[in-house]
Amino acid sequence: MVTASVPDENNTVSKEKATPSLLVTALQREHPQWIGEIAEAFSEVTAMVPREHIVEVCTYLKSSEEGRFDFLADICGADRGPEEEPRFEVNYHLFSTTKHHRVRLKVLLNESDVHLPTVTGVWRTANWHERETFDLFGVIFDGHPDLRRILLPEDWQGYALRKDFPLRGYEPYSLK
Amino acid sequence: MGLENVIAEALPEVLTTRLDSLINWARKSSLWPATFGLACCAIEMMNATSSRNDLARFGSEVFRASPRQADVMIVSGRVSRKMAPVLRRIYDQMPEPKWVISMGACATSGGVFDNYAIVQGVDKIVPVDVYIPGCPPRPEMLIHAVMMLQDKVGKESARDRKDVPEEEARRAFAPGTLPVTDGSTASESDTSRVRPYTIASRHERRRSS
Amino acid sequence: MSSTLNIPPQFEVVDRPLDTQMTISMGPQHPSTHGVLRLELVIDGESVVKATPDIGYLHTGMEKLFEYKKYQQGIVITDRMDYLNPLGNNLGYVMAVEKLLGLEIPERAQTIRVLMCELQRIASHLVWLGTHALDIGAMTVFFYCFREREKILNLIEAASGGRLTPSYFRIGGLMMDLPSGFERRVKQFLDGFPNSVEEFHKLLTGNRIFQKRTQGVGRISAEDAIDWGLSGPCLRGSGVNLDIRRANPYTGYENYDFEVPTEPDCDVWARYMVRMREMKESRKISTQALARLKPGPIKADAPKVVLPDREAMKTHMDALIHHFLIVAEGFDVPEGEVYHPIEASKGELGVYVKSNGGPKPARVHVRGPSFVNLSALPQMVEGEMIADVVAIIGSLDIVLGEIDR
Repeated sequence: MVTASVPDENNTVSKEKATPSLLVTALQREHPQWIGEIAEAFSEVTAMVPREHIVEVCTYLKSSEEGRFDFLADICGADRGPEEEPRFEVNYHLFSTTKHHRVRLKVLLNESDVHLPTVTGVWRTANWHERETFDLFGVIFDGHPDLRRILLPEDWQGYALRKDFPLRGYEPYSLK
Repeated sequence: MGLENVIAEALPEVLTTRLDSLINWARKSSLWPATFGLACCAIEMMNATSSRNDLARFGSEVFRASPRQADVMIVSGRVSRKMAPVLRRIYDQMPEPKWVISMGACATSGGVFDNYAIVQGVDKIVPVDVYIPGCPPRPEMLIHAVMMLQDKVGKESARDRKDVPEEEARRAFAPGTLPVTDGSTASESDTSRVRPYTIASRHERRRSS
Repeated sequence: MSSTLNIPPQFEVVDRPLDTQMTISMGPQHPSTHGVLRLELVIDGESVVKATPDIGYLHTGMEKLFEYKKYQQGIVITDRMDYLNPLGNNLGYVMAVEKLLGLEIPERAQTIRVLMCELQRIASHLVWLGTHALDIGAMTVFFYCFREREKILNLIEAASGGRLTPSYFRIGGLMMDLPSGFERRVKQFLDGFPNSVEEFHKLLTGNRIFQKRTQGVGRISAEDAIDWGLSGPCLRGSGVNLDIRRANPYTGYENYDFEVPTEPDCDVWARYMVRMREMKESRKISTQALARLKPGPIKADAPKVVLPDREAMKTHMDALIHHFLIVAEGFDVPEGEVYHPIEASKGELGVYVKSNGGPKPARVHVRGPSFVNLSALPQMVEGEMIADVVAIIGSLDIVLGEIDR
């Protein structure tokens, strides 16, 4: 049981204000293999999570008392470019409706192995977000109940938001 | 429709000026649009029908939901690649006489969106009678376009618009292709050649970043 | 059964229960789907067994387009996403980039931003009300709402030049200051607005037909709503008191006094009442913003990011150079990523901007509230009748431009 209680200068333990950075740091101390590095910039906390543990981290953050991240705001994929390794990153933006704090979890994926376990079991809203990330980047979510294209037509070839997909697309696209 | 077909087929050389002007007056005074509002221009189309700019004064009394009962299709908004076959099918379902107004920059030529997802101009799919520029065009511009269309309708002849038989309509050119004179459509052409567009978008040719 | 009926021998009797289910496509061209939404409904008679939304008919590839445009050019694209609330989209994008740049926005610009956003929220809710009522059958309300909306569009046009796609905000402030006489016109509109809301209440709220069509329809409990990621009036209609303007305040919203309306009923009626009350609250905020307007600068003090004054550009050399560089080459944004949520009229609009240090973003993602609200539709619609599906879609207030981007 991780308590994000850090004694401040008066040596009193403040338990109510568990800010995300404290929470994530405490989580990293408790389970070091769950969280990679933590970055804090522009008043936002980003935690790198290796892809095997993303479901565990999400479940923990959703159910923990200090976190209570019951709202998945967004799953956003990004392509760093065909020359970069790891090429893809998937960002999970979490929000707590009771405590109003936010955190971002980031999973990095190599181009050769774009599989990632799904978090639809944790928040049902992940269903459509993951379908969109699959549609636009080709990231495959293992265990997803219905992984198919959502924005582009069903028979579209290629993944549109990858950096090597040209802006104007390919011709011809036959409209049958 | 039946009357013109009968006259045109039975008496091909008969001058039909008086009949023409009567028919054209009837058609242009009651152009009923099919609801084909896609995006932001659809909101301006709704504004054009609202009480301030009232399109109903010009004859477009109701916006018919069913294309079988509509005269003009106002394509308002950007047409994406997924929507293009639907657009063509709705156009085919409209009975003659039918006209198309392409409203807005996106319907006319792709607009701001010069990319993989948007058809660069709805005239690649359906024949357009009036183009309206603007992003979105003001409701007054839409009213002006309807009036221009009424002028155009006034100049037509009853023999021009015959109901296309079902067979021919179904063999109509597949959307997205320009009409090819030898009668082949996209299904027969070689779709195995897949290459990026030879002219890169001007954004990709920029030197900065 | 076959023994009692005299069925001729050439007919084969197959003992199979009567198959009453039918799959129909509430297609992309439909008068009541608020845009090009396609629903695959599996219906049993008149009630819906399963509904699957099929979206993508308005996919515009905007997120890819952002990566090829400079930051200030991207503002124009955001207008077209949620085209009923373009100033809200503008604000989300602009604030995300300002967060990356670390700009300090002056007081007057923040107040004007609040004022315009709240006017835009009223306009968006008016379209919602008009089309929702039209779907349910009340055509008069449609025309009344659009009459009110014309007044707001006049105001927005006076300030920015565009009725539906204003692009009024810039990175670092506003495009231009408000024209003279604007405050008087806004005050005139806001003074007359409560009467219009009263009119709508008289037409709809007490109407038994409207009540019967909306009460008890499309229920979603609070836990389900949070699990499905609903936000905005859809979430507040289920009793959850969450408003990004209160939770993560921005643009000075912490200085305004307004209520966050919530209703406990979780049905279409609750969402209707929440939005009607929100219109009143928006009017309150606008009045406060109008009272707080003081003369001052409208752009941040960052010559490399914000375009200089026209007069300064014509007389001073460095202003001219900055103007040229900003327009021709853009400004470099520090490396990093930012997710900035705002309370758009439909819910939490989050803009994620990732920068690699150049003048063009590396990735821009817009979390559209309608996209997430629509994903909860299959649950809300199970067991309801087809006519109720129309009412539920209306109450979700979806805009396909935001869903499909």
